Amino acid sequence: MTTNLVEINNLTFNREERCIYNNISLSIPKGKVTAIMGPSGIGKTTLLRLMGGQLKPSKGEILFAGHDIPKLSRTALYEIRKRMSMLFQSGALFTDMSVYENVAFPIREHSKLPESIIEKMVMMKLEVVGLRGAMHLKPSELSGGMARRAALARAIALDPELIMYDEPFAGQDPISMGVIVRLIRDLNDALGLTSVVVSHDVPEVMSIADYIYIIADEKIIGQGTPEQIYAQESPLVQQFIKGEHDGPVAFHYPATDYKSELMGEGS
Amino acid sequence: MLEKIQGLGQLSISILGGLGRAVLILLSAIAHLPNFRKGFPLFVGQLYAIGVLSLIIIMVSGTFIGMVLALQGYTVLVDYGAEGSLGPMVALSLLRELGPVVTALLFAGRAGSALTAEIGLMKATEQLSSLEMMAVDPLRRVIAPRFWAGFFSMPLLAAIFSILGIFGAHLVGVEWLGVDRGTFWSVMQADVDLRDIINGTIKSLAFAFVVTWIAVYKGYNCIPTSEGISRATTSSVVQASLMVLGLDFILTAIMFT
Repeated sequence: MTTNLVEINNLTFNREERCIYNNISLSIPKGKVTAIMGPSGIGKTTLLRLMGGQLKPSKGEILFAGHDIPKLSRTALYEIRKRMSMLFQSGALFTDMSVYENVAFPIREHSKLPESIIEKMVMMKLEVVGLRGAMHLKPSELSGGMARRAALARAIALDPELIMYDEPFAGQDPISMGVIVRLIRDLNDALGLTSVVVSHDVPEVMSIADYIYIIADEKIIGQGTPEQIYAQESPLVQQFIKGEHDGPVAFHYPATDYKSELMGEGS
Repeated sequence: MLEKIQGLGQLSISILGGLGRAVLILLSAIAHLPNFRKGFPLFVGQLYAIGVLSLIIIMVSGTFIGMVLALQGYTVLVDYGAEGSLGPMVALSLLRELGPVVTALLFAGRAGSALTAEIGLMKATEQLSSLEMMAVDPLRRVIAPRFWAGFFSMPLLAAIFSILGIFGAHLVGVEWLGVDRGTFWSVMQADVDLRDIINGTIKSLAFAFVVTWIAVYKGYNCIPTSEGISRATTSSVVQASLMVLGLDFILTAIMFT
């Protein structure tokens, strides 16, 4: 039986006046790759930050292994964060450190292991992402794809239970994208991780996700396995997965009547 | 009218909110004195980046300001036959005022702006967020070592500034303009007492506290865009400089009146 590592119940989140999520609920099963998709700007990254405790919801609970993240004390939250990890869209590598130092950083911070063991652990993580040969390079010397892989090695350095990927495919060439797609799936299965992938790259997500949530208009508009998502009749879901330029999500930003504005009768 | 009152209210809330965040950051930085195993190497690294790399501008400025002071002072004092007082005039100006104030202004421009920009860029490139997600407190890892390094390095820089200023004054006054060497040093020794040095050091510590606090706060609290970082860096230098000048007046009034 699959248990849920993360459960989000009746979550509402407002940013100043704007509502981002209105009473949504979802669950992330243990050992699976769960994808969260949706158009740009609807707050997918915000959801990851809520799960990581970097933001607090206006209402609702976010349970990680039974712990309600928003209600944890600062110390307890930092303890829980040792069990989760996040791959940021930019990679967020420390620019003053080499690739090796970046991967060794979380191990050094949270353990008192001797340097010889740390070195072996870092080598193993870098070997997994294919960057053992690049360990002495600085982040500025890496390509976008390599930086993402180095950040992935750092993210798995402490063998977390949950790994959150924020737009892992954004700005990648087809080869890098293929490598990252394979790594997400392989790492999830080999290390027994639970993965949450936030993305709007439909084919890549469909190829690796076990379960998908599609978010738009402050709520979940569709969910299911990739096959179920393809079969959904919702026009909004269909527009999103087919990438149609017009539909329920209009091509034009709301504006006054075009003709009237051209004729000078608008605003 | 109602809109103006509303705007004033919003401005007050925003200023108070900013002040509250700045105090929280300061308290966290003070609470996180660098521990020996992990924090000390970070602290030493920042002492180098903030203190040692500021040495050149401090040394050159100190020497030239001392030389100019001696030149200007000599032209006035010689008319009254009082060129023997050149030594204490230069030394007191430097120790009481110019050393701490000019060092703080140069420090705000050289090291404070770099601190703000570095922390702001770390925020914009999600490095601070990634620290949080790795269960590493950015206030402890990033802010505290920088704050303490700034606090300890500025008084040392001010001391170097004053010493080189006096050396520059000696070069111009004694070696070039011919003031008697013995008079220059002995009158200086007689007129400058320990209180002047202590007061100058207290001023320097106060300026170090304020300039570094403003620099780290502005970086940590900036809007994480290129424009936001640019604004934060500018405002860090401007606010720190104004605070130094205001604080200098208050401290001078307390110490020397």
